[in-house]
Formats: sequence, structure tokens, C-alpha cells
Amino acid sequence: MAETVVQISGHIIDSLILPKVLDLIVSLGAEFEILDIQVGHRRSDRSHARIKIEAPSPDLLDHVLAKIREHGALPERVEEESVQIEAAPLDGVFPDCFYATTNLETWVRLEQQWIPVESIEMDCGIRVNPSTRKAQCVPMHRVKNGDLVVVGQRGVKVVPLERQQPGAPFEFMASPVSTEQPKGLLIREIAESMQRVRRHNGRILVVAGPGLVHTGASKYLAGLIENGYVQVLFAGNGLAVHDMESDLYGTSLGVYVDKKIRASEGHEHHLWTINRIRRAGGIRQAVEQGLIRKGIFYSCVKNGVEFVLAGSIRDDGPLPDVITDTLQAQDLMREKARGVSFALMIATTLHAIATGNLLPASVKTVCVDINPAVVTKLTDRGTFQALGLVTDVEPFLRELCSDLELDVVCSS
Amino acid sequence: MQLLMCPPSYYGIEYEINPWMKRNRQSDAALASRQWNELRRVLAEKLPAEIQLIDAVPKLPDMVFTANAGLVWQNKFIVSNFRHEVRRAEAPHFAQWFRARGFEIVYLPEKYYFEGEGDLLRCGELWFAGYHIRSDMMAHQKVAEIVDREILSLELTSGWFYHLDTCFCPLSEQTALFYPPAFDDYAKTVLEEHIPDLIPVPAQEAERFACNAVVGDNDVVMNTGCPLARKKLESRGFNVYETPLDEFLKAGGSAKCLTLIMG
Repeated sequence: MAETVVQISGHIIDSLILPKVLDLIVSLGAEFEILDIQVGHRRSDRSHARIKIEAPSPDLLDHVLAKIREHGALPERVEEESVQIEAAPLDGVFPDCFYATTNLETWVRLEQQWIPVESIEMDCGIRVNPSTRKAQCVPMHRVKNGDLVVVGQRGVKVVPLERQQPGAPFEFMASPVSTEQPKGLLIREIAESMQRVRRHNGRILVVAGPGLVHTGASKYLAGLIENGYVQVLFAGNGLAVHDMESDLYGTSLGVYVDKKIRASEGHEHHLWTINRIRRAGGIRQAVEQGLIRKGIFYSCVKNGVEFVLAGSIRDDGPLPDVITDTLQAQDLMREKARGVSFALMIATTLHAIATGNLLPASVKTVCVDINPAVVTKLTDRGTFQALGLVTDVEPFLRELCSDLELDVVCSS
Repeated sequence: MQLLMCPPSYYGIEYEINPWMKRNRQSDAALASRQWNELRRVLAEKLPAEIQLIDAVPKLPDMVFTANAGLVWQNKFIVSNFRHEVRRAEAPHFAQWFRARGFEIVYLPEKYYFEGEGDLLRCGELWFAGYHIRSDMMAHQKVAEIVDREILSLELTSGWFYHLDTCFCPLSEQTALFYPPAFDDYAKTVLEEHIPDLIPVPAQEAERFACNAVVGDNDVVMNTGCPLARKKLESRGFNVYETPLDEFLKAGGSAKCLTLIMG
């Protein structure tokens, strides 16, 4: 919502200018509230009205203001301030006091016009190009010497997330972390949300941790992938290794997933898996060579689902697909997260926070973890739109697949 | 009645700022001069009006349309802020002319366009102003402050009838000619609420500038070719004098545009 106050004076009653302006505001899709009105007593007396206008977006508000201005209704502050911009002093360095972004929809005012900031994410700067009239969110390491960057708060407008409309998904979630909520109902709403996203050809991102394999839930994630409910997957070395270890040896970190007993010399399964995939040349090659025949990553390769594996200093191996340069991994995640409208974060803390940092607040984000602290941590780091579900991942995914009416037994 | 006119010495279609103007449809200077002189004679003899003259200035072809120069109010002359660059140079000549005759010259804020009597017509105690195409709504409110009167602003919607005086002609407090398609619905409602005898003009006569007439006490001077308007006026007791002004129609003006009321 964007709002402003305009005033109009003159012979606005008899000339029907006031009703015309009010009609215009409504017909253009905005709403008004008359804050005060003084009607002249004599014919020559001028009348005066102050009107608050609320529009769903700053550009619609600008449009409404431009239209009613022609009829004499002017903003109380006639000239709104433009953004202050300064050139970046070095590659990878913003000017001092640069404007640090939030993950909310953001607009900057440039030469009397509000323009949207593209690719918004938190903790970045805003680069503007006055000649093309474009503004773009840019991470610190991507700014170039001489880029024009917004400094200070002037001329920057942030649009808060709208309150959920009654009846919208997640509406009953009064608190973001629901340890004591009816989970069945919530999972059904998550399923409906995912179905809605897919009906509109939206992109769903899943961020998953290795616990998903330990708990025997791989087949459900593979089922989601095979049925088109995942367009992009973010994870680390661990998830991929455990997933393929369970295919190659039936174990996850040496423990039989179906029997919950430790395999003899089982810890070697983990390293042997890494070694075999490295020998194959990577996950895709391992699938193509017939080495990997089922599981999450098998389904990704077979269904053309993109995945990004970001490395960590604790990784074994790692797999050839793991990106060990963190900035490179961040940039690729940033690129693949673009256009995502639903994010499901399952059993991962660090990858969830990393991904949350890259997502605009408008992306519906669901975080599922057995540990309530994970969701709290995610929201504390700025991904305040995340809705948490405290539960073990296996029953969560099982029920989600059931609500989505997926037959995952065949694919597992 | 005193009217200000400007001889068409430099009149011609030198640019196109309304749909009537076509540079390839040039006016005939000799014919324009004859038509203007005939209008002047009819006004002087029939209204009768005292005609004042301002010298024409080279390269200002539209100066002949004195109605757009500004607005005379008591001893004040409120100077126009022309919307189109090509007409802005007219303003200082008119200001100088009025200053030399003892008028107080009033300037409106530059940011508000105002095209004088072209967009501001008095209907007895009621004042009506046209806006959106040439003049700005805010300019009228400034004028209302200066003259301390109610001014009812009417939105004009057709580029062909770009000034209020091309589509509205008050004849008395009770009666006016108007061309309905030139106004938005709110403006039509305002006119209907304030003028009991509102006479609509058909399209073919609006295009002959039937509404662009000069009105005396009981006399109306207009372009030729408006028989229906004439009949309606005569049935209400007005004397109608027609005089051909086709050369000025080529620039989008007629009798009223060629005169500025000075009192």
C-alpha cells in the first residue's frame, strides 16, 4: 500500500470538481478518505478539502496523482525528494552511508518519478542508471567502480507486506513458529499453496538438509520433484552424498535407512560414494552412466530440475558438483532464486538462512524443522516472512505428498 | 461596449496547435483582411461596440485572436500564460498595450497555463472557465482570488473545441448556446444546474463556430452558416448578424476569438 495526502481548494463544490476527483481516485483503483473539508459560506468563498489517498502500489499512486493534479488536487508536499546518489569508489566497495536494502518491495524516486528496484534482496545496495531510469539491487561484491549507488534514506520508499486477506493461505498462523498448531491443517494449506503456484506456472524452490535422508524421507522429495512440484533445489554436499549413498549402499552415513542399524564399516559408504561420484565426473554423469538409479538427485537429473550445491569448510570430498567458492555459489543461488514464488526449507539451518537472505519478502517461505530455534534464527536474520512448522521432516513430507495425492511408493 | 481587436496584418497558418490548423490549407490574406474589416464594421454598427486596436506584430500570426490575450477586470489586465511556446511572445505586447493605458498588469504563476477570455466567460454574475486543453484548473482558482468571485471550472474534452469560447456562448444569465460533446459529464451537469435555458448546437453548426459569437445586450454577431442556432436565438428575441469568417476558421477561431471585452 502506498498513500499520500492531497489538497484541493477553490470552487470545488458547485463545479463538481471535488466529486469528480473522488470518482477518479476510485475508478483508477485507489481509495480515499476525506480528512477535512471546509465549505465556503458565500459564493465567492473558496472551499478546501484534504484527501488521503491509498493505492495498492506506488506507481498506481503516482498515476492517480498525475490524473487528479489536472483537476487541481495537489500533494501536500508538492515536490517529493529524489534519491541521493554517489559513485562507488572502487570495485566491490559502496560509497559511505550507502542505503542498505531490506527484502521488501522498494522504490526510488528519480527525476520526479518512482521507479521500482529490481531483484530486491536484503543487505545489498541500490544501483541506479538515470539514463535508462532503472534501479537494481546489487550485492557488495558485484558493485563496480563508478556505479551510481543510492546513499541515505531520502527518496527511498519501502512497501510493507500486506496483511493476509481472510481466507488466504496461512491466515490462521497467528504466530510464525507453530509448535502447537494443528499440523494436518497447515500441511494441507502448504499443499494447496504449492498447487496454486504450479497452476500459475510459478517456481518452487526447495532447500534441504541431510537430515531428510537420515529420516528416510528422500522418496517423498523425489516424488515432489518427479511430479513437478520442485523447480530448483538448493543444498550442500551432505544431502547429495547421503542421497546417493542410500541408493548405492542402502545407508545414510553408514546407517541402514530402512532398518536403522549401523552397517559394518558403514562410515566408509559415505566416502566411497563421494569417491565413486568423483570418478564418474559428477552427479549428472553418475545418473547417465547408470550408477545412480533412484533418489533425489536422480529425479533432479531425470526431470531437468536445477540444483545448486554450495560448499562448506566441513565438506568431505566434496562432490564435483559442489561450488566451493562461496561468492560464486551465492551468485548462482541468487540467479536461480529469481522468479521463485514459494520456498520450502526442510531440515537445514545454514542453507535456509543463506537462501532467506536472497529472497524478496514477497516469496512465501515455509521452514520445516524439528528444532524451533531454526525458524527463530531464520526470522531473526531478516527472513521475517518465513512461517515455521516444527515437526520431523519424514512425517511432514509424507503428509504433504498425500495431500498432493502423489503416489510416491512407485518412485522410491 | 468596448472591444479590443488586432488587424490580421500578419495572420496566417504558420504552425499547427489545434486540429483546425493545417499549414497546407493556408488562409487568403486579402480575403482574411476583408472578413476582419467586415466583422469590425458589423460589431461597431450593430452592437454597437467601440473598437480599440492593437498593432499587429510580425511573426505572431495568432495575435489577431485577441480574446486569448488575457482577461480585463475593472482596472486590471490578467495576462495569459499561453500553453504553446509559439504564442507566448504575444503576451508582452498585450501587457505593454494595457500598461500604456493605465491598467494594472497582473501575472499568474508561470506554471499555470491560462488563455484569457478564450477560457473564461461571464454569464451575468456567474463565471465559467474551461480547462484541461489550454488553461489549467489552478489558473482559474488564482483568477477567482483576484476577482473575488466564484468561477466554475468546466472540463473540455475535445481538441476541436479547445477553448471554452469555441463551445459555449452565454447570452444572458438565463440563456446560453453550447455544444454538449465538448464537455465532460460533470461539466454538462454544472451547466444544466446553473443555466435554465441551455441551447444545444448541432455538430455542423458547432463546426461553423456558432458558439464563438460576440454578444451585446440583445444582439449576436456570428459566422455564417448556423441557421438552427440563428433560429433559436431569434425565437428568444435576439437580433442575429452573420458575417463570413471562414479564413479565421482555418486557424480555429471566429468572431469571439477575434475580440477581447474591455468593458
